[in-house]
This record gives sequence, C-alpha cells and structure tokens, in this order.
Amino acid sequence: MTRFSAGTHPLLGRRALLKAIVAGAGVAAVPGLAACGSDGGGAATDAVSFGNNQSDQVPKDAITAVLKAFEGESGLKVAINTKQHEQYQEQINNYLQGKPDDVLSWFAGYRMRFFAEKGLTGDLSEVWSKVSGGYEPALKEASTASDGKQYLIPFVQYPWGVFYRKSVWQQRGYEQPKTLDELVALATKMRADGLVPIAFAQKQGWPGMGTFDQLNFRLNGYQFHVDLMAGKEDWQGPKVREVFDTWKRLLPLHQENALGRDWQEAAQALQQGKAGMYLLGSFVAQQFKGPDLDDLDFFPYPEINPEHGQDTVEAPIDGFMMSRKPANPEGARKLLEYLSTPAAQLAYLKADPSQIPTSNKADTSGYTPLQKKSAQVIKDAAHITQFLDRDTDPRFASDAATNGLNAFIQNPDDLDSILKGMADQAKTIFSE
Amino acid sequence: MTALDSPAKPAGASAPSPTSRRGRRRRATALAPRDKLVLGLMLGVPSLLHLALVWVPALGSVGLSFSSWDGIGGFADIDWVGFQNYVDIFTRYPRFWPAVQHNLIWLLFLLVVPTVAGLLLAVLLDRQLRFGRIYQSALYLPMVVSLALVGFIWQLIYQPEQGLLNNVLGTASTDPVNWLGDPDINLYAVLVAAGWRHTGYVMLLYLAGLKSVDPALKEAAALDGANAWQTFFRVTFPVLKPVNVVVLVVTVIEGLRAFDIVYVINKGRNGLELLSVLVTDNIIGESSRIGWGSALAVVLLLISLGFIITYLFQVFREEERT
Repeated sequence: MTRFSAGTHPLLGRRALLKAIVAGAGVAAVPGLAACGSDGGGAATDAVSFGNNQSDQVPKDAITAVLKAFEGESGLKVAINTKQHEQYQEQINNYLQGKPDDVLSWFAGYRMRFFAEKGLTGDLSEVWSKVSGGYEPALKEASTASDGKQYLIPFVQYPWGVFYRKSVWQQRGYEQPKTLDELVALATKMRADGLVPIAFAQKQGWPGMGTFDQLNFRLNGYQFHVDLMAGKEDWQGPKVREVFDTWKRLLPLHQENALGRDWQEAAQALQQGKAGMYLLGSFVAQQFKGPDLDDLDFFPYPEINPEHGQDTVEAPIDGFMMSRKPANPEGARKLLEYLSTPAAQLAYLKADPSQIPTSNKADTSGYTPLQKKSAQVIKDAAHITQFLDRDTDPRFASDAATNGLNAFIQNPDDLDSILKGMADQAKTIFSE
Repeated sequence: MTALDSPAKPAGASAPSPTSRRGRRRRATALAPRDKLVLGLMLGVPSLLHLALVWVPALGSVGLSFSSWDGIGGFADIDWVGFQNYVDIFTRYPRFWPAVQHNLIWLLFLLVVPTVAGLLLAVLLDRQLRFGRIYQSALYLPMVVSLALVGFIWQLIYQPEQGLLNNVLGTASTDPVNWLGDPDINLYAVLVAAGWRHTGYVMLLYLAGLKSVDPALKEAAALDGANAWQTFFRVTFPVLKPVNVVVLVVTVIEGLRAFDIVYVINKGRNGLELLSVLVTDNIIGESSRIGWGSALAVVLLLISLGFIITYLFQVFREEERT
C-alpha cells in the first residue's frame, strides 16, 4: 500500500523502473543485478545496517532519531540506507536476493509470509521469545509464517474507520450509524443537506480496496476474508457478489469521479466540510492540522450482518524483518529488540501521531484523542486484518484486484464480466 | 568471410541500410588480408555487442515466456509451463485485448494525424515565410521535452475544473468534461498530446527532406505547365520517398514503445492500457510474474516484427528491382 505517496514525484521511480525492465528482459536470471543493497561496512561487529522505506522528511527524521537513541544505548553504529517508499516496494524482490541490510522495513501479513516462506528473511523466534510479553497475541499471529516461526517485529499500526468532523456533525445533528441501513439513511440526509455523503478517491488504485474489505468482512466475516485472500474462495461466488451488490447500492452516495482523485484530495473535501464522512485509515489525519485535527473523529464501519457484528478491524501493521544472512546477526537482533520497546515506538510516533505503537506496554497518557480511540478500536476487535493488498498475493492485488475494482467503480453494471475476470485471474495466479 | 556475413543480418534488422549487401560482398573479396582483419574486427566487435545486448536478452525473454517464475531464486526455481501463459493471456486476462486495441489505435493515429500535419507544416515552412525560423523552433520544441513531461503539461490542460481546455470551452463550471478520467475519451485526449509532440518531429524530418529537393525539378514541372498541387504530388512527394520511409519507421517505433505518457497520467489504467504498461505491471513489483510479463513482451515483439518485416521486404524488393 502506497500511503506515503503525498510528496513523491512519479519521475523518481523511473530509474528503478528502467532497471527493473532490464532485469525483466531476461537478465533477471542473474540474481542481485538490480539490487541496491548497501554493504555499508556491515561486516564489522560494531555496526548494523538498516533498510529504511520512510523517505518523506518527517518520518525519516523520526526513524533516524530512534536509531540514534539505539546507538547511544547499545554502543553499536547503525548505517541507514533510505529508499523512496514506492521504489522500496518495487525493488524488494531484488533487494532481498542481493545484499539486503541487516534489519529492514516491511509489512505484516501475507506480504511478510511470502518472503519468509521463500527463505529470504531471517527467523526471529529467538527475539520473539524475549519480547512477546510486549505484544498482544493477534500481533504475534500477524508476525508468524506458516512454519510457526516469527519473521517480523511489529512497530506501529493504524486502524481503518469512517472519519468525520465532530463540529459538522454536531451542527447538523448527525449521529453515528450502527447498521448499514442507518448509514444509508444518514448519507441520504447528508445529500439532502448539500454535502457529499461519503468522500471517495481511487486514483492510487488501493483506497477502494478498503471499502471492499470492510463490506466483505462485515457481510461474510473474518474467516471468509482470509480464505478469499488466500485464493481458497471463488470471486464469482454468491458471497463476493453480495459484497459488490451492497457496494453498488452505496456507490451513488460516494463522491463522483473517484478514479481521477487522490486520497489526499478526498481528505481535503472532508477537512473543508464539503464531505460528511470518509472511510480510510487513520493516516487521513496527516491532512488535518491544529484545531482541524482535534475536530477529527471516527467510528468502526457499521454492522451489516449480525452474525459478525463489528468483530473485525482492519489495522495494518508496519514492522521490521531481518535479512536471511545479516552481516551482524547479534547486532541485528539487538536492534530489533530495541524497536519492539514502547520507548522506540513512541519516539517515532511523535512525528506522525496518526498511528499508534504496537507494544501493549506503551504509555497511553500522552496519546492524542485520535490515538486513544485507535488503540481502543483495535483492542475491542476480535480479529485484525491487514489490508487487501497486504493479505493476498501481490500478483493478484496489484493487477487483477486493482483493475477489477476500478472497472466496477467505473461501470457497476458490468459486474458479471468483472467478477468473471477477477475469478479467472485468481485461479491462474493462485494455482501457479 | 563469416565475420563479414554475420553483421549483415542484425544491421539489416535494426536499421534501414539501403546499401546492397551483394555489392559490399563483391568488394570485400578484393581486400588485402590486413584490411580483412581490420574490417572483421570493426564489424565483429559491434556484432558481438549487438548479439549480447539485444538478441540474447530478447531470446531470453522468449524463453522465459514459457515459464512460471516469481523472480526469486535461480533456474532451478523456474517452472516450465509451455504455452499456458499465452493461452491465459489470450483468454483470461481482461486487460489484454483492450491494450492491443489501444496500441493499434495509437499506431494508426500517429501514422495518420501527425504525419499529415507535419508534412503540411513542413511544406508551409519551406516557403520561406517571414519568422519561419521562429515557427520552426516553436513547433519543434515539444519534441525536446520528454513524453513524461508532455504528460504533465497536458494534465494541466485537461484538468476538469481548473484546466485550460474546459475553461476555454466554458464547460468548467457547468458540466466539466473529465478528459483524462473518462475511459471512452481519455485515449484520444492522450493521443492529441502524443501527436502534438510527434508532429514537430515529423515536420523537421520533412523540412530537411524538402530543403534537399532540387529546385530545378520544380522549375521543370512549372515549365511543363503543372500547377502547385501537381508539382507537389507528382514531383516533390515522390522525391521525398526516403524521408517517408524514415518517418514511417520512426512513427511505428514511437507508436509501439509508448509508455511514459500514460504511466504518468494514471499508471496506464482505466482506458489507457498499453502492452508496454502490462509488461511493466507484471514484471516490476514485489512478487513479479516474470513468465507472464515476458509472454506479453513477446506479443509486443511479434507485433513490432510484423511491421518491421513487412517494411524490410518492401525495401529489399524494390532495391533488387532497381
């Protein structure tokens, strides 16, 4: 998921693109040709290298400060190798096969398991045996691959929910909808009041996946989400069909021309009071400053199927992995252990209070109201999902899912052929 | 001899080489041994480079297109699946046929509109207009800009609410046309932008050609009583034939390699699918489908070869006739 794309320039990715094209044009058989791993003196036992994907200035400074604190505490030197956020993800394949840094940024869920199962990242069960007291069981589960070992140290996370401005709602007397029907009624009322009921943007290709996920696990439950993402359920089946039918009913209440809009612009519509609500991750708060930020609140997506209620929350986890052959395994484990501490996580979040620490030992007294709510919502949920593109095979997410959802948003009446296309591609990809 | 023979093929395949192969060979036999060595080296080294940098990767792609591979590990991890990728692409990949269609529309558009416009502009500029140099530079200017930048510039023009076009049309406030967002029209909107850039290039090529046309030919035509139209179509245009060939080749290449402009606009989704975009989408990323992407690349290669072979046949046949 490319959520930090706010300040990045599309041209920056071209070099990486070209490299990857060269790599793909048959030279790919030579592993590591396009890899850009730094070998920054990692051989010495007093240094650890760190692959960082937080390329925007504010989070980059924040993570640098955390690593500086670690240097002071441990006496080890950390060599930071920062790559542009999208580029990092595009190159991860070659990066991990080349000379990756000892400790590197990544995401929980299928995306972590994929590389762990290929043997490209290191087993962290030893670190986990020391730090597991600081994490809820759900976080351990999200860090565990199919072999029962852990491969990720969770760092921060953020929930998805329906965001709104308290002042706007108070002024108009809106109330939090508890069920889908109440949501529809509220949205209809908003439209009558001259508001765009639900802000919506799909230019980046992934925000719509959030809507799909919410409808899917509210209608069909957590387990169905997991099975569908794993390719074990049929995209042409009645359950998926129902998700899209429900979405089709809601679509007229969404902001129009979503395919031409960035999530940042949709967030602006909410911020300016033109839109009544917006389903997004809590990083939407990055678009709110000062008093506007205090005015921002959210609620979990309303219940649709009483059988599942609101038992699932989508709360993607960012964390760190260890490369398969770190130059300094001892130092790498020490650094990972440090990153699991509340001190490190809170220090980082000072720069980006739209997320919350993953450690359950973090001191919550300094939380903003939004962080408090995020922590509460995650704690109340029985199940945590990552996100469509983090829970499924990236080959399916990046092409079939993105383009299928786009086609649906563009032309909801083509649902039959769209679902057939998605189902066919899922069958091809998951049988490969 | 073998060193001299081998380069003829790649050279002929990659660039139009009007010099007849037969003539060169006859002359080569008359060369002294030392000259043969020098020639052999001069041709052999580039041919080797050409083989290693062009044909080996190309054939590698063809080979990989019969595989299913996520780019992780070595040859041992590659599953060979025969024609499965091609079958799936042709029958199950919803973006494939639209992409082929868009590529062909792109090619046809570039072959017709910018070529005609470029020729027209070149003929006008060839008449020694006042400020001709300025027009010439202005019209050629877009060519200096990369297609990605052209994409940015035209995004500003096509922007629904604040964009130039809708404001000039007066529809910005009432019912703005979503030029780049509407999948029924965005391909043509982008083609206008791509054509805008390509026209300057075609114009320059024709202008250079027109400058080299012997004025005596036109004079003779005028003396024989031909009017301006007749002079142009019967005399000037046939003399421009070598330029036409260059324009054709340049345009076909431009049409098939189109990528950056749509990628800048919306990553090639939503009505702007092109084969090059599909190749990129499948090969680049955290778990790529090298086999699938290679199969798409081979389809693109075959389309290109179709055009290039037809063209080479034409050229060689006519050369043999003359």
